[in-house]
Amino acid sequence: MTTLSQNGSLLAGSLRRRRLPKALPPLLGVAALGVSAAGILGTGAGGWVLTVVVAAVLFVLATLIVSGAVEGGRRARDRVATIAVYGAFILALIPLGSVVATLLAKGTGRIDAEFFYHSMNNITALDSGGGAYHAIIGTLQQVGIAAVLAIPLGLAAAVYIVEYGRGRLTTVIRFFVDVMTGIPSIVAGLFVLAFWVLIVTPVFNHGRPGYSGFAAALALTVLMLPTIVRSAEEMLRLVPQALREGSYALGVPKWKTIMRVVLPTAAPGIVTGVMLSIARAAGETAPVLLVAGGTPAINFNPFSGNQESLSYFVYEQAGAASQFAPGRAWTAALTLIAIVAILTIAAKLLARRSTIGR
Amino acid sequence: MNMAKRVEAVDVTAYYGSFKAIDSITMTIEPKSVTALIGPSGCGKSTFLRSINRMHEVTPGAKVQGKLMIDAEDIYDPRVDVTAVRRAIGMVFQRPNPFPTMSIYDNVVAGLRLNGVRKKSTLDDAAESSLRAAHLWGEVSDRLKRPGGGLSGGQQQRLCIARAIAVEPQVLLMDEPCSALDPISTLAIEDLIGELKDRYTVVIVTHNMQQAARVSDRTAFFSIESTGDPGRLVEFDDTTKIFQNPGEKKTEDYITGRFG
Ligand SMILES: Nc1ncnc2c1ncn2[C@@H]1O[C@H](COP(=O)(O)OP(=O)(O)O)[C@@H](O)[C@H]1O
Ligand SMILES: [Mg+2]
Repeated sequence: MTTLSQNGSLLAGSLRRRRLPKALPPLLGVAALGVSAAGILGTGAGGWVLTVVVAAVLFVLATLIVSGAVEGGRRARDRVATIAVYGAFILALIPLGSVVATLLAKGTGRIDAEFFYHSMNNITALDSGGGAYHAIIGTLQQVGIAAVLAIPLGLAAAVYIVEYGRGRLTTVIRFFVDVMTGIPSIVAGLFVLAFWVLIVTPVFNHGRPGYSGFAAALALTVLMLPTIVRSAEEMLRLVPQALREGSYALGVPKWKTIMRVVLPTAAPGIVTGVMLSIARAAGETAPVLLVAGGTPAINFNPFSGNQESLSYFVYEQAGAASQFAPGRAWTAALTLIAIVAILTIAAKLLARRSTIGR
Repeated sequence: MNMAKRVEAVDVTAYYGSFKAIDSITMTIEPKSVTALIGPSGCGKSTFLRSINRMHEVTPGAKVQGKLMIDAEDIYDPRVDVTAVRRAIGMVFQRPNPFPTMSIYDNVVAGLRLNGVRKKSTLDDAAESSLRAAHLWGEVSDRLKRPGGGLSGGQQQRLCIARAIAVEPQVLLMDEPCSALDPISTLAIEDLIGELKDRYTVVIVTHNMQQAARVSDRTAFFSIESTGDPGRLVEFDDTTKIFQNPGEKKTEDYITGRFG
C-alpha cells in the first residue's frame, strides 16, 4: 500500500487514482489551438492547415505531459490513444463532409422545375436553361434493369457457392468472380460494345449497331455481379449452421430452408451489399458513353435508341465551355447522390422491417 | 393423437469422412420411455443421436451404415424421404437455436408452415398447445409477435422444444438440452421431459449424471478405448440398474467419477 502510494499514481490507502479535472483536456486543446494560431497565422508563417496540424501535435504533447505528471503514464497513453482514434475518425469524415458540402453549395443553383422536367433537346451548352429529365430517366431505367438482372443472378450464384458448392466448379466460379471484381468499367463497356452492340443487335436491326440504355444496363450488370456475389456469399456464411440444422430437423427441405430461414437471416447484410453495387453502377460513366451513346433528348425506351444517364450528363456538362454548363453538372451530381441515398435508405428500412423489430 | 414409436438400431456405424466415430451400435429404444445416453466427451453420443433422424449426413462427408428401424421401417432405406423421417423424429439441440427473423409464434409454427400448412386456426391451435406443452405459454402468450431471440436462454430452449413438438413427431431427440442453461431452467425442462414421455419416445444425451438418473427410464453408457477409436455402446439397461448395480466395471468407474 505505502509503496504504491509513493509513486503518486495512487492516493494513500485507496484504489482511487488522481484524475485530471473534466474540463482540463478540452482547455488544453483550445490552448494548443490558440498558441498554434498565434505562432503561425499571427506571424504569417503558414495557413490554417499547418495551424491545425501543429495544434494537434501540441495538444498531444501537452496531454502527455500534464496527464503523465498528474495521473501517471498509463492514463496518459490512454488519453493519447483516445485523441488518436477521434482524430482518425475526424480525418476520415473530412472527404465525405467536403464532398457533401461542395455539392450542396454548388448543386442547389439549378434545382428548379425546368431542370427536373426538361431535357437538353434543342438547347446548346451556351444556353442558360435546360434540364436533366432525360438523364434521370436513363439512370433509373439502366440501373433498374441492371439490378433486375444482377440481383437474382448474383444471389443465386452466392447461394450455390455457399449452400451447394463442392469441389472444382465452386473454386472456378469463385475465381472468375474475383477476376470480374477487378474489371475496369471501361472494359465492361467495351465488352458489351463488341459483343452486344456490334454483333448481336445488328442481326435484328438491318445491320446497324443498336446503341441503347439496355446495352448500358448489360455493362452495369457485369459490374454489379461480382460485388453482389461476394457480399452475399460473406453474409450467407455468417448464418449459423445451427439455424440450418434447426430447420432440417423440422423436416424442411433444403431449398425451403434456404429461402425461408437462411436468406431472411442474411437479408440486412445482403441488402447493404446490393445497395453498394447499385450505387457504384449509378455512378458509372464509361459504359454509358460507349454503348448507350448519350442524347440530349428524352428517350423512354431503354431497348431502342440512344439514352442519357446522370453521370454521363455530368461528364458532358462539366466539360462544356459555357458559363451555364457547370451549374447543370453540379445539380445533376447532387441529384445522382440524392437518388442513391434515397434508394439506400429505403432498402435499409425494408430490410429492417422484414426482420422484426424489438 | 400420434403414436410414440419404437427405435431399433442394428449395427449402426457412423463415419466422418474416413474417421469411424461410432461402431456397431445395437440397441432398442421402447416407445413412451425416456432413454438417456451418457458417456465421456467424444464417445459418439451426438453422432448416434443424429443418425437416428438422419441429421448425421448433413455434415459433408459423413455417412451411416447399418439399420435404423422406426417401428420396423428402416429409415436408411433408399426409398425413404429424409424430410419425412425428420418430421417424424424431432430434435432439440444443445444451444437454443430459434430462428432470429421470426417471432415467437412464427418460430413455433415454422415446422408446420414450412411444410405447407396454411390454415390460420390449425396454426393457432398448434402454437398454443405446443407452447403449453413446453410450459412456455404463460410466459409468452401476451407477446407472441415479439422475436424469439428476445427470450432468456431457458425460454429459448423451451421455445425450441415447442417448435419441435408442434410438428407432432413420434420420437423426440435431445442433445444436451440443458447444458447451456441455469439450474432453474434445467429443472423446468426436466419436468417437461417427464411429461413428454406420455406422448413421445424421448432420447436425451446428457453430461449430467443426476439428470440421467432423474429423468430417464433406461440409460445407455457409451465409451471409447482411447482418442481416435470409435465410440461403442458399453452397457444399456434400466436406469436404476445402471446407477445402482452396473454390469460393467467401466460403467461403474464412469458413474462413480473415476473415469471420463
Ligand atoms: N463434424 C465432425 N467432423 C469430424 N469429426 C467429428 C465431427 N463431429 C464429431 N466428430 C468426432 O466424432 C467423435 C464423436 O463425437 P460426438 O458424437 O460429438 O461425441 P459426444 O457427443 O459423445 O461428445 C469425436 O471423436 C469427434 O471428434
Ligand atoms: Mg455431443
